[in-house]
Amino acid sequence: MLKVRGLTKKYGDTEVVRGLDLTVRRGECFGLLGPNGAGKTTTLRLLLGLVEPDGGSIELAGIAVPQRAREARMKVGVVPQMDNLDPDFSVRENLLAYGRYFGMSKAAVTARVPELLDFAGLASKADAQIAQLSGGMKRRLTLARALVHDPDILFLDEPTTGLDPQARHLIWQGLRRLINAGKTIVLTTHFMDEAERLTDRLAILDHGRVVVEGAPRALIETHIEPAVVEVFGEGLTDWTSQHAADLCQRFETVGETLFCYTSTPDIVIDALKHAPALRYLHRPSNLEDVFLKLTGRDLRD
Amino acid sequence: MNPLFRLPRLSTRFIPVWQRNYLVWKKLAIPSILGNLADPMLYMLGLGYGLGSLLPDVGGMPYLTFLAAGTVAYSTMNAATFEVLYSSFSRMHVQRTWDAILNAPMTLDDVMLGELTWAASKSLLSGVAILAVIWGLGLYGNFWMTLWIIPVVALVGFCFGGMGLVMNAVSPSYDFFLYYFTLVITPMVLLCGVFFPVSQLPAAVQSVSAWLPLTHAIDLARPLVVGNIPDNIALHVIALLVYGSLGYIVALALTRRRLLK
Repeated sequence: MLKVRGLTKKYGDTEVVRGLDLTVRRGECFGLLGPNGAGKTTTLRLLLGLVEPDGGSIELAGIAVPQRAREARMKVGVVPQMDNLDPDFSVRENLLAYGRYFGMSKAAVTARVPELLDFAGLASKADAQIAQLSGGMKRRLTLARALVHDPDILFLDEPTTGLDPQARHLIWQGLRRLINAGKTIVLTTHFMDEAERLTDRLAILDHGRVVVEGAPRALIETHIEPAVVEVFGEGLTDWTSQHAADLCQRFETVGETLFCYTSTPDIVIDALKHAPALRYLHRPSNLEDVFLKLTGRDLRD
Repeated sequence: MNPLFRLPRLSTRFIPVWQRNYLVWKKLAIPSILGNLADPMLYMLGLGYGLGSLLPDVGGMPYLTFLAAGTVAYSTMNAATFEVLYSSFSRMHVQRTWDAILNAPMTLDDVMLGELTWAASKSLLSGVAILAVIWGLGLYGNFWMTLWIIPVVALVGFCFGGMGLVMNAVSPSYDFFLYYFTLVITPMVLLCGVFFPVSQLPAAVQSVSAWLPLTHAIDLARPLVVGNIPDNIALHVIALLVYGSLGYIVALALTRRRLLK
Protein backbone atom coordinates (compact mmCIF):
# COMPACT_ATOMS: atom_id res chain seq x y z
CA MET A 1 0.00 0.00 0.00
CA LEU A 2 2.89 2.29 0.80
CA LYS A 3 6.50 1.75 -0.17
CA VAL A 4 9.22 4.25 0.65
CA ARG A 5 12.86 3.74 -0.31
CA GLY A 6 15.82 5.94 0.58
CA LEU A 7 13.71 9.06 1.09
CA THR A 8 15.68 12.23 1.82
CA LYS A 9 14.71 15.85 2.35
CA LYS A 10 16.95 18.78 3.15
CA TYR A 11 15.99 22.25 4.32
CA GLY A 12 19.04 24.36 3.70
CA ASP A 13 21.86 22.44 5.36
CA THR A 14 19.62 20.46 7.72
CA GLU A 15 18.69 16.98 6.60
CA VAL A 16 15.21 16.48 8.03
CA VAL A 17 14.65 13.08 6.46
CA ARG A 18 17.78 10.99 5.95
CA GLY A 19 17.32 7.83 3.92
CA LEU A 20 13.95 6.64 5.15
CA ASP A 21 12.66 3.17 4.22
CA LEU A 22 9.09 2.16 5.07
CA THR A 23 6.66 -0.48 3.93
CA VAL A 24 3.01 -0.47 4.97
CA ARG A 25 0.86 -3.39 3.92
CA ARG A 26 -2.79 -3.25 2.92
CA GLY A 27 -5.15 -3.30 5.89
CA GLU A 28 -2.40 -2.57 8.36
CA CYS A 29 -2.35 0.15 11.01
CA PHE A 30 1.15 1.57 11.00
CA GLY A 31 2.53 4.00 13.57
CA LEU A 32 5.21 6.65 13.05
CA LEU A 33 6.67 7.61 16.40
CA GLY A 34 9.44 9.99 17.23
CA PRO A 35 10.37 12.97 19.36
CA ASN A 36 9.56 16.50 18.17
CA GLY A 37 11.60 17.33 15.11
CA ALA A 38 12.23 13.68 14.23
CA GLY A 39 10.72 14.30 10.78
CA LYS A 40 7.27 12.75 11.21
CA THR A 41 5.18 15.57 9.79
CA THR A 42 7.68 16.25 6.99
CA THR A 43 7.51 12.56 6.11
CA LEU A 44 3.70 12.70 5.85
CA ARG A 45 3.93 15.80 3.65
CA LEU A 46 6.45 14.03 1.42
CA LEU A 47 4.21 10.97 1.17
CA LEU A 48 1.31 13.17 0.02
CA GLY A 49 3.47 14.87 -2.59
CA LEU A 50 3.05 18.27 -0.96
CA VAL A 51 6.81 18.62 -0.67
CA GLU A 52 9.36 17.53 -3.28
CA PRO A 53 11.87 15.04 -1.89
CA ASP A 54 15.59 15.48 -2.56
CA GLY A 55 16.04 11.77 -3.12
CA GLY A 56 14.45 8.34 -2.88
CA SER A 57 11.18 6.92 -4.14
CA ILE A 58 7.60 6.78 -2.85
CA GLU A 59 4.84 4.54 -4.06
CA LEU A 60 1.45 5.25 -2.52
CA ALA A 61 -1.46 2.94 -3.36
CA GLY A 62 0.62 1.74 -6.29
CA ILE A 63 1.11 5.29 -7.63
CA ALA A 64 4.45 7.09 -7.86
CA VAL A 65 4.70 10.23 -5.72
CA PRO A 66 5.39 13.11 -6.28
CA GLN A 67 5.15 12.46 -10.05
CA ARG A 68 1.47 11.45 -9.87
CA ALA A 69 0.68 12.88 -6.44
CA ARG A 70 -2.70 14.20 -7.50
CA GLU A 71 -3.92 10.71 -8.46
CA ALA A 72 -2.44 9.26 -5.29
CA ARG A 73 -4.23 11.82 -3.11
CA MET A 74 -7.54 10.62 -4.59
CA LYS A 75 -6.96 7.41 -2.62
CA VAL A 76 -5.83 9.01 0.63
CA GLY A 77 -7.74 10.68 3.44
CA VAL A 78 -5.82 13.09 5.67
CA VAL A 79 -6.44 14.14 9.26
CA PRO A 80 -3.99 16.99 9.86
CA GLN A 81 -2.37 17.86 13.14
CA MET A 82 -4.11 21.21 13.39
CA ASP A 83 -7.84 21.39 12.83
CA ASN A 84 -8.58 23.16 9.59
CA LEU A 85 -12.31 22.69 9.29
CA ASP A 86 -13.99 25.48 7.38
CA PRO A 87 -15.35 27.83 10.09
CA ASP A 88 -17.65 29.56 7.60
CA PHE A 89 -19.61 26.36 7.01
CA SER A 90 -21.83 24.13 9.12
CA VAL A 91 -20.91 20.51 9.88
CA ARG A 92 -22.82 19.20 6.87
CA GLU A 93 -21.53 21.93 4.55
CA ASN A 94 -17.97 21.08 5.54
CA LEU A 95 -18.45 17.57 4.23
CA LEU A 96 -20.19 18.77 1.06
CA ALA A 97 -17.48 21.31 0.28
CA TYR A 98 -14.72 18.81 0.91
CA GLY A 99 -16.27 16.23 -1.39
CA ARG A 100 -16.25 18.77 -4.22
CA TYR A 101 -12.46 19.12 -3.91
CA PHE A 102 -12.32 15.43 -4.86
CA GLY A 103 -14.46 16.10 -7.90
CA MET A 104 -17.49 14.37 -6.38
CA SER A 105 -20.94 15.39 -7.55
CA LYS A 106 -23.28 17.02 -5.05
CA ALA A 107 -25.57 13.97 -5.20
CA ALA A 108 -22.70 11.59 -4.47
CA VAL A 109 -21.53 13.55 -1.41
CA THR A 110 -25.06 14.17 -0.15
CA ALA A 111 -25.67 10.43 -0.24
CA ARG A 112 -22.61 9.83 1.92
CA VAL A 113 -23.26 12.56 4.48
CA PRO A 114 -25.65 10.63 6.81
CA GLU A 115 -23.25 7.69 7.03
CA LEU A 116 -20.30 9.99 7.76
CA LEU A 117 -22.20 11.98 10.40
CA ASP A 118 -23.24 8.73 11.99
CA PHE A 119 -19.67 7.49 12.02
CA ALA A 120 -18.55 10.72 13.70
CA GLY A 121 -21.43 10.62 16.17
CA LEU A 122 -22.52 14.03 14.89
CA ALA A 123 -25.87 13.16 13.36
CA SER A 124 -27.64 15.59 15.70
CA LYS A 125 -25.10 18.34 14.92
CA ALA A 126 -25.46 18.35 11.15
CA ASP A 127 -26.42 22.01 11.01
CA ALA A 128 -24.23 23.24 13.87
CA GLN A 129 -21.53 25.80 13.19
CA ILE A 130 -17.93 24.70 13.72
CA ALA A 131 -17.38 27.17 16.55
CA GLN A 132 -20.10 25.39 18.55
CA LEU A 133 -18.30 22.04 18.47
CA SER A 134 -16.03 20.72 21.23
CA GLY A 135 -12.44 19.74 20.48
CA GLY A 136 -13.40 16.07 20.30
CA MET A 137 -16.30 16.74 17.94
CA LYS A 138 -14.04 18.78 15.66
CA ARG A 139 -11.54 15.93 15.50
CA ARG A 140 -14.30 13.43 14.71
CA LEU A 141 -15.62 15.69 11.99
CA THR A 142 -12.11 16.05 10.57
CA LEU A 143 -11.89 12.26 10.53
CA ALA A 144 -15.27 11.97 8.81
CA ARG A 145 -14.18 14.63 6.31
CA ALA A 146 -11.09 12.57 5.49
CA LEU A 147 -13.41 9.66 4.61
CA VAL A 148 -15.70 11.63 2.31
CA HIS A 149 -14.27 10.07 -0.88
CA ASP A 150 -13.98 6.59 0.67
CA PRO A 151 -10.16 6.42 0.55
CA ASP A 152 -8.17 3.19 0.77
CA ILE A 153 -5.59 4.66 3.09
CA LEU A 154 -5.75 7.22 5.89
CA PHE A 155 -2.98 9.49 7.16
CA LEU A 156 -3.49 10.80 10.69
CA ASP A 157 -1.07 13.31 12.16
CA GLU A 158 -1.35 13.15 15.95
CA PRO A 159 -5.09 12.45 15.86
CA THR A 160 -5.70 12.69 19.61
CA THR A 161 -3.29 15.43 20.72
CA GLY A 162 -5.10 17.90 22.96
CA LEU A 163 -8.17 15.73 23.58
CA ASP A 164 -9.52 14.59 26.94
CA PRO A 165 -9.60 10.82 27.70
CA GLN A 166 -13.26 10.43 26.75
CA ALA A 167 -12.71 12.08 23.39
CA ARG A 168 -9.55 10.02 22.77
CA HIS A 169 -11.41 6.78 23.39
CA LEU A 170 -14.10 7.80 20.92
CA ILE A 171 -11.48 8.50 18.25
CA TRP A 172 -9.84 5.14 18.95
CA GLN A 173 -13.18 3.38 18.57
CA GLY A 174 -13.66 5.09 15.23
CA LEU A 175 -10.18 4.10 14.08
CA ARG A 176 -10.75 0.49 15.14
CA ARG A 177 -13.92 0.38 13.08
CA LEU A 178 -11.95 1.62 10.09
CA ILE A 179 -9.23 -0.96 10.65
CA ASN A 180 -11.88 -3.68 10.86
CA ALA A 181 -13.40 -2.37 7.65
CA GLY A 182 -10.04 -3.04 5.98
CA LYS A 183 -8.68 0.51 5.68
CA THR A 184 -4.95 1.00 5.80
CA ILE A 185 -3.91 3.56 8.40
CA VAL A 186 -0.70 5.47 8.91
CA LEU A 187 -0.64 7.53 12.09
CA THR A 188 1.89 9.65 13.90
CA THR A 189 1.59 10.02 17.63
CA HIS A 190 3.38 11.05 20.79
CA PHE A 191 1.24 8.75 22.89
CA MET A 192 2.83 5.37 23.38
CA ASP A 193 -0.36 3.86 24.74
CA GLU A 194 -2.13 4.98 21.59
CA ALA A 195 0.51 3.30 19.43
CA GLU A 196 0.46 0.15 21.56
CA ARG A 197 -3.31 -0.05 21.37
CA LEU A 198 -3.88 0.68 17.71
CA THR A 199 -0.92 -0.20 15.58
CA ASP A 200 0.01 -3.55 14.11
CA ARG A 201 3.51 -2.32 13.44
CA LEU A 202 5.35 0.89 14.10
CA ALA A 203 8.58 2.65 13.33
CA ILE A 204 10.40 4.91 15.75
CA LEU A 205 11.98 7.82 13.90
CA ASP A 206 14.79 9.95 15.17
CA HIS A 207 16.88 12.52 13.29
CA GLY A 208 15.09 11.63 10.07
CA ARG A 209 15.85 7.90 10.19
CA VAL A 210 14.04 4.76 11.28
CA VAL A 211 15.68 3.72 14.55
CA VAL A 212 13.64 0.58 14.97
CA GLU A 213 10.61 -1.03 13.38
CA GLY A 214 8.28 -3.84 14.40
CA ALA A 215 5.13 -4.88 16.24
CA PRO A 216 4.74 -3.03 19.57
CA ARG A 217 4.87 -6.18 21.74
CA ALA A 218 7.83 -7.59 19.85
CA LEU A 219 9.71 -4.30 20.27
CA ILE A 220 9.11 -4.35 24.01
CA GLU A 221 10.25 -7.95 24.26
CA THR A 222 13.40 -7.51 22.21
CA HIS A 223 14.55 -4.11 23.38
CA ILE A 224 13.77 -3.96 27.04
CA GLU A 225 13.64 -6.00 30.24
CA PRO A 226 10.07 -7.11 31.08
CA ALA A 227 9.63 -5.08 34.29
CA VAL A 228 10.48 -1.65 35.63
CA VAL A 229 10.79 -0.60 39.26
CA GLU A 230 10.80 3.17 39.63
CA VAL A 231 12.38 4.16 42.95
CA PHE A 232 12.25 7.60 44.57
CA GLY A 233 12.53 9.20 48.00
CA GLU A 234 15.04 10.13 50.70
CA GLY A 235 18.44 8.40 50.48
CA LEU A 236 18.04 7.33 46.86
CA THR A 237 21.61 8.28 45.93
CA ASP A 238 23.16 6.04 48.58
CA TRP A 239 20.85 3.14 47.82
CA THR A 240 21.57 3.45 44.11
CA SER A 241 25.34 3.36 44.57
CA GLN A 242 25.12 0.36 46.91
CA HIS A 243 22.50 -1.83 45.25
CA ALA A 244 21.43 -0.77 41.79
CA ALA A 245 24.27 -2.40 39.89
CA ASP A 246 23.68 -5.75 41.60
CA LEU A 247 19.88 -5.80 41.53
CA CYS A 248 19.01 -4.24 38.17
CA GLN A 249 19.92 -5.55 34.74
CA ARG A 250 20.03 -1.96 33.58
CA PHE A 251 19.33 1.25 35.46
CA GLU A 252 19.34 4.99 35.02
CA THR A 253 18.73 7.92 37.33
CA VAL A 254 16.60 10.69 35.96
CA GLY A 255 16.22 13.66 38.28
CA GLU A 256 15.04 12.23 41.61
CA THR A 257 13.98 8.85 40.23
CA LEU A 258 15.86 5.62 39.64
CA PHE A 259 14.56 3.50 36.78
CA CYS A 260 15.50 -0.11 37.47
CA TYR A 261 14.93 -2.43 34.49
CA THR A 262 14.80 -6.09 35.44
CA SER A 263 13.37 -9.52 34.68
CA THR A 264 13.27 -10.31 38.42
CA PRO A 265 11.39 -7.40 40.01
CA ASP A 266 10.64 -9.43 43.18
CA ILE A 267 14.30 -9.38 44.17
CA VAL A 268 14.41 -5.60 43.81
CA ILE A 269 11.21 -5.16 45.80
CA ASP A 270 12.50 -7.46 48.57
CA ALA A 271 15.64 -5.39 48.82
CA LEU A 272 13.60 -2.18 48.96
CA LYS A 273 11.78 -3.46 52.06
CA HIS A 274 15.02 -2.81 53.97
CA ALA A 275 14.96 0.85 52.93
CA PRO A 276 11.64 2.15 54.31
CA ALA A 277 12.40 5.78 53.39
CA LEU A 278 12.26 4.88 49.70
CA ARG A 279 9.06 4.52 47.77
CA TYR A 280 8.68 2.61 44.55
CA LEU A 281 6.39 1.86 41.63
CA HIS A 282 6.50 -1.56 40.01
CA ARG A 283 5.07 -1.93 36.52
CA PRO A 284 5.52 -3.97 33.35
CA SER A 285 7.76 -2.25 30.84
CA ASN A 286 6.03 -0.58 27.94
CA LEU A 287 6.64 1.08 24.62
CA GLU A 288 7.56 4.35 26.27
CA ASP A 289 10.54 2.64 27.91
CA VAL A 290 11.64 1.37 24.50
CA PHE A 291 11.14 4.81 23.03
CA LEU A 292 13.16 6.54 25.74
CA LYS A 293 15.90 3.94 25.57
CA LEU A 294 16.28 4.36 21.82
CA THR A 295 15.80 8.12 21.48
CA GLY A 296 17.21 9.29 24.80
CA ARG A 297 15.71 11.52 27.43
CA ASP A 298 16.90 14.88 26.11
CA LEU A 299 14.26 17.48 25.34
CA ARG A 300 13.96 18.16 21.62
CA ASP A 301 12.30 21.55 21.53
CA MET B 1 14.56 24.54 -12.82
CA ASN B 2 13.56 25.24 -9.25
CA PRO B 3 10.10 23.70 -8.83
CA LEU B 4 8.97 26.79 -6.93
CA PHE B 5 9.12 28.80 -10.14
CA ARG B 6 7.41 26.28 -12.40
CA LEU B 7 4.79 28.01 -14.53
CA PRO B 8 1.18 27.63 -13.39
CA ARG B 9 -0.76 24.62 -14.64
CA LEU B 10 -4.28 25.82 -15.13
CA SER B 11 -7.32 23.57 -15.07
CA THR B 12 -11.01 23.71 -14.25
CA ARG B 13 -10.28 22.22 -10.85
CA PHE B 14 -10.25 25.76 -9.47
CA ILE B 15 -14.06 25.79 -9.69
CA PRO B 16 -14.77 24.10 -6.31
CA VAL B 17 -12.54 26.72 -4.66
CA TRP B 18 -14.45 29.54 -6.35
CA GLN B 19 -17.68 27.81 -5.37
CA ARG B 20 -16.58 27.51 -1.74
CA ASN B 21 -16.00 31.26 -1.54
CA TYR B 22 -19.24 31.99 -3.35
CA LEU B 23 -21.27 29.82 -0.94
CA VAL B 24 -19.75 31.52 2.09
CA TRP B 25 -20.30 34.95 0.56
CA LYS B 26 -23.93 34.08 -0.19
CA LYS B 27 -24.58 33.62 3.52
CA LEU B 28 -23.50 37.17 4.26
CA ALA B 29 -24.34 38.70 0.91
CA ILE B 30 -26.41 41.64 2.08
CA PRO B 31 -24.03 43.12 4.68
CA SER B 32 -21.17 42.34 2.32
CA ILE B 33 -22.78 44.18 -0.57
CA LEU B 34 -23.63 47.14 1.63
CA GLY B 35 -20.13 47.25 3.08
CA ASN B 36 -18.51 46.98 -0.33
CA LEU B 37 -20.71 49.37 -2.22
CA ALA B 38 -21.98 52.00 0.15
CA ASP B 39 -18.58 53.54 0.73
CA PRO B 40 -17.53 54.29 -2.86
CA MET B 41 -21.06 55.35 -3.71
CA LEU B 42 -21.19 57.85 -0.86
CA TYR B 43 -17.86 59.35 -1.88
CA MET B 44 -18.91 59.53 -5.48
CA LEU B 45 -22.25 61.18 -4.80
CA GLY B 46 -21.01 63.41 -2.00
CA LEU B 47 -17.99 64.72 -3.86
CA GLY B 48 -19.72 64.56 -7.21
CA TYR B 49 -22.60 66.81 -6.18
CA GLY B 50 -20.88 68.82 -3.46
CA LEU B 51 -17.58 69.54 -5.15
CA GLY B 52 -19.02 69.17 -8.62
CA SER B 53 -21.40 72.11 -8.15
CA LEU B 54 -18.36 74.39 -7.59
CA LEU B 55 -16.54 73.18 -10.69
CA PRO B 56 -16.86 73.78 -14.42
CA ASP B 57 -16.71 70.74 -16.71
CA VAL B 58 -13.78 68.49 -15.92
CA GLY B 59 -12.15 66.61 -18.78
CA GLY B 60 -14.99 67.77 -21.02
CA MET B 61 -17.83 66.42 -18.86
CA PRO B 62 -19.71 67.31 -15.66
CA TYR B 63 -17.61 66.51 -12.57
CA LEU B 64 -20.11 63.92 -11.30
CA THR B 65 -19.78 61.98 -14.56
CA PHE B 66 -16.01 62.32 -14.47
CA LEU B 67 -15.89 61.03 -10.92
CA ALA B 68 -18.41 58.25 -11.55
CA ALA B 69 -16.28 56.86 -14.36
CA GLY B 70 -13.21 56.94 -12.11
CA THR B 71 -15.15 55.36 -9.26
CA VAL B 72 -16.11 52.34 -11.37
CA ALA B 73 -12.44 51.48 -11.73
CA TYR B 74 -11.46 52.56 -8.24
CA SER B 75 -14.22 50.64 -6.53
CA THR B 76 -13.42 47.51 -8.54
CA MET B 77 -9.75 47.82 -7.64
CA ASN B 78 -10.57 48.18 -3.96
CA ALA B 79 -12.97 45.24 -3.88
CA ALA B 80 -10.51 42.90 -5.59
CA THR B 81 -7.62 44.08 -3.43
CA PHE B 82 -9.50 43.68 -0.17
CA GLU B 83 -10.64 40.21 -1.15
CA VAL B 84 -7.19 38.82 -1.97
CA LEU B 85 -5.53 40.61 0.91
CA TYR B 86 -7.73 40.23 3.95
CA SER B 87 -10.09 37.42 2.94
CA SER B 88 -7.60 35.21 1.13
CA PHE B 89 -5.10 35.72 3.94
CA SER B 90 -7.70 34.57 6.47
CA ARG B 91 -8.33 31.46 4.43
CA MET B 92 -4.66 30.74 3.82
CA HIS B 93 -3.00 31.69 7.08
CA VAL B 94 -5.58 31.96 9.84
CA GLN B 95 -8.19 29.31 9.02
CA ARG B 96 -5.78 27.03 7.14
CA THR B 97 -8.50 26.36 4.61
CA TRP B 98 -5.91 26.16 1.83
CA ASP B 99 -4.01 23.44 3.71
CA ALA B 100 -7.19 21.38 3.95
CA ILE B 101 -7.86 21.80 0.23
CA LEU B 102 -4.28 20.89 -0.67
CA ASN B 103 -4.70 17.52 1.07
CA ALA B 104 -7.35 16.76 -1.55
CA PRO B 105 -6.21 16.20 -5.15
CA MET B 106 -5.80 19.95 -5.68
CA THR B 107 -2.69 21.99 -6.31
CA LEU B 108 -1.80 25.47 -5.14
CA ASP B 109 -2.24 26.54 -8.78
CA ASP B 110 -5.91 25.50 -8.53
CA VAL B 111 -6.45 27.10 -5.13
CA MET B 112 -4.96 30.44 -6.13
CA LEU B 113 -6.74 30.50 -9.48
CA GLY B 114 -9.96 29.92 -7.52
CA GLU B 115 -9.10 32.84 -5.24
CA LEU B 116 -8.20 35.07 -8.18
CA THR B 117 -11.35 34.33 -10.17
CA TRP B 118 -13.40 34.77 -7.02
CA ALA B 119 -11.84 38.16 -6.29
CA ALA B 120 -12.53 39.17 -9.89
CA SER B 121 -16.16 38.00 -9.58
CA LYS B 122 -16.73 39.83 -6.35
CA SER B 123 -15.16 43.03 -7.62
CA LEU B 124 -17.25 42.71 -10.78
CA LEU B 125 -20.24 43.16 -8.54
CA SER B 126 -18.74 46.31 -7.03
CA GLY B 127 -18.01 47.79 -10.43
CA VAL B 128 -21.43 46.90 -11.82
CA ALA B 129 -23.14 48.46 -8.79
CA ILE B 130 -21.46 51.79 -9.57
CA LEU B 131 -22.42 51.29 -13.18
CA ALA B 132 -26.02 50.83 -12.05
CA VAL B 133 -25.86 54.20 -10.31
CA ILE B 134 -24.49 55.70 -13.53
CA TRP B 135 -27.46 54.23 -15.38
CA GLY B 136 -29.90 55.34 -12.71
CA LEU B 137 -28.69 58.93 -12.73
CA GLY B 138 -28.39 58.97 -16.52
CA LEU B 139 -24.72 59.91 -16.39
CA TYR B 140 -23.87 58.02 -19.57
CA GLY B 141 -23.59 59.07 -23.23
CA ASN B 142 -24.68 55.86 -24.90
CA PHE B 143 -26.30 53.04 -22.94
CA TRP B 144 -25.11 50.22 -25.23
CA MET B 145 -21.59 51.52 -25.04
CA THR B 146 -21.67 51.34 -21.23
CA LEU B 147 -22.26 47.59 -21.41
CA TRP B 148 -18.59 47.28 -22.47
CA ILE B 149 -17.74 48.52 -19.00
CA ILE B 150 -18.76 45.11 -17.60
CA PRO B 151 -15.91 43.14 -19.22
CA VAL B 152 -13.56 46.03 -18.43
CA VAL B 153 -14.50 45.75 -14.77
CA ALA B 154 -13.91 41.99 -14.79
CA LEU B 155 -10.47 42.60 -16.28
CA VAL B 156 -9.67 45.26 -13.68
CA GLY B 157 -10.70 42.84 -10.93
CA PHE B 158 -8.44 40.16 -12.41
CA CYS B 159 -5.55 42.64 -12.61
CA PHE B 160 -5.74 43.83 -9.01
CA GLY B 161 -6.59 40.36 -7.70
CA GLY B 162 -3.40 39.00 -9.25
CA MET B 163 -1.30 41.88 -7.90
CA GLY B 164 -2.79 41.60 -4.42
CA LEU B 165 -2.04 37.87 -4.22
CA VAL B 166 1.65 38.77 -4.23
CA MET B 167 1.12 40.73 -1.01
CA ASN B 168 -0.86 37.86 0.42
CA ALA B 169 2.08 35.54 -0.31
CA VAL B 170 4.66 37.60 1.54
CA SER B 171 2.63 39.01 4.41
CA PRO B 172 3.38 37.86 7.96
CA SER B 173 0.13 39.34 9.33
CA TYR B 174 -2.82 41.57 8.53
CA ASP B 175 -0.86 44.67 9.60
CA PHE B 176 1.48 44.24 6.66
CA PHE B 177 -1.31 45.04 4.20
CA LEU B 178 -1.34 48.63 5.36
CA TYR B 179 1.97 49.14 3.53
CA TYR B 180 0.37 48.04 0.30
CA PHE B 181 -2.52 50.43 0.74
CA THR B 182 -0.32 53.34 1.81
CA LEU B 183 2.44 52.79 -0.71
CA VAL B 184 0.59 51.38 -3.72
CA ILE B 185 -3.17 51.72 -3.68
CA THR B 186 -3.60 55.24 -2.27
CA PRO B 187 -0.89 56.83 -4.47
CA MET B 188 -2.49 55.12 -7.44
CA VAL B 189 -5.88 56.59 -6.60
CA LEU B 190 -4.32 60.06 -6.56
CA LEU B 191 -2.09 59.62 -9.62
CA CYS B 192 -4.34 57.76 -12.03
CA GLY B 193 -7.18 60.18 -12.63
CA VAL B 194 -9.94 59.06 -10.30
CA PHE B 195 -10.64 62.49 -8.77
CA PHE B 196 -8.97 64.81 -11.28
CA PRO B 197 -7.47 64.49 -14.75
CA VAL B 198 -3.93 63.13 -14.94
CA SER B 199 -3.13 66.16 -17.14
CA GLN B 200 -3.18 68.33 -13.98
CA LEU B 201 -0.07 66.54 -12.70
CA PRO B 202 3.53 67.61 -13.42
CA ALA B 203 4.89 66.00 -16.60
CA ALA B 204 7.30 63.72 -14.73
CA VAL B 205 4.50 62.37 -12.55
CA GLN B 206 2.29 61.93 -15.61
CA SER B 207 4.86 59.65 -17.19
CA VAL B 208 4.83 57.50 -14.04
CA SER B 209 1.05 57.49 -14.03
CA ALA B 210 1.00 56.15 -17.59
CA TRP B 211 2.57 52.92 -16.35
CA LEU B 212 0.14 52.31 -13.51
CA PRO B 213 -2.64 49.74 -13.96
CA LEU B 214 -5.38 51.99 -12.57
CA THR B 215 -4.61 54.54 -15.31
CA HIS B 216 -5.18 51.87 -17.94
CA ALA B 217 -8.43 50.88 -16.24
CA ILE B 218 -9.72 54.45 -16.17
CA ASP B 219 -8.57 55.14 -19.74
CA LEU B 220 -10.90 52.31 -20.78
CA ALA B 221 -13.82 53.05 -18.47
CA ARG B 222 -14.16 56.84 -18.77
CA PRO B 223 -14.64 57.12 -22.55
CA LEU B 224 -17.14 54.24 -22.39
CA VAL B 225 -19.22 56.15 -19.82
CA VAL B 226 -19.29 59.25 -22.00
CA GLY B 227 -20.05 57.22 -25.10
CA ASN B 228 -16.69 57.31 -26.91
CA ILE B 229 -14.53 54.45 -28.09
CA PRO B 230 -11.39 54.44 -25.91
CA ASP B 231 -7.99 55.13 -27.52
CA ASN B 232 -5.34 52.41 -27.52
CA ILE B 233 -7.74 49.68 -26.39
CA ALA B 234 -5.24 46.89 -27.05
CA LEU B 235 -2.51 48.60 -25.03
CA HIS B 236 -4.77 49.05 -21.99
CA VAL B 237 -6.18 45.54 -22.15
CA ILE B 238 -2.74 43.99 -22.51
CA ALA B 239 -1.35 46.12 -19.67
CA LEU B 240 -4.11 44.98 -17.31
CA LEU B 241 -3.71 41.35 -18.39
CA VAL B 242 0.05 41.48 -17.92
CA TYR B 243 -0.15 43.06 -14.46
CA GLY B 244 -2.74 40.48 -13.34
CA SER B 245 -1.00 37.44 -14.86
CA LEU B 246 2.45 38.41 -13.66
CA GLY B 247 0.99 38.99 -10.22
CA TYR B 248 -0.58 35.53 -10.24
CA ILE B 249 2.61 33.82 -11.44
CA VAL B 250 4.87 35.59 -8.96
CA ALA B 251 2.35 35.09 -6.14
CA LEU B 252 2.14 31.38 -6.95
CA ALA B 253 5.91 30.97 -6.76
CA LEU B 254 6.12 32.91 -3.49
CA THR B 255 3.20 31.02 -1.96
CA ARG B 256 4.72 27.68 -2.97
CA ARG B 257 7.81 28.72 -1.07
CA ARG B 258 5.65 29.75 1.87
CA LEU B 259 3.35 26.71 2.12
CA LEU B 260 4.96 23.81 0.30
CA LYS B 261 8.50 23.73 1.53
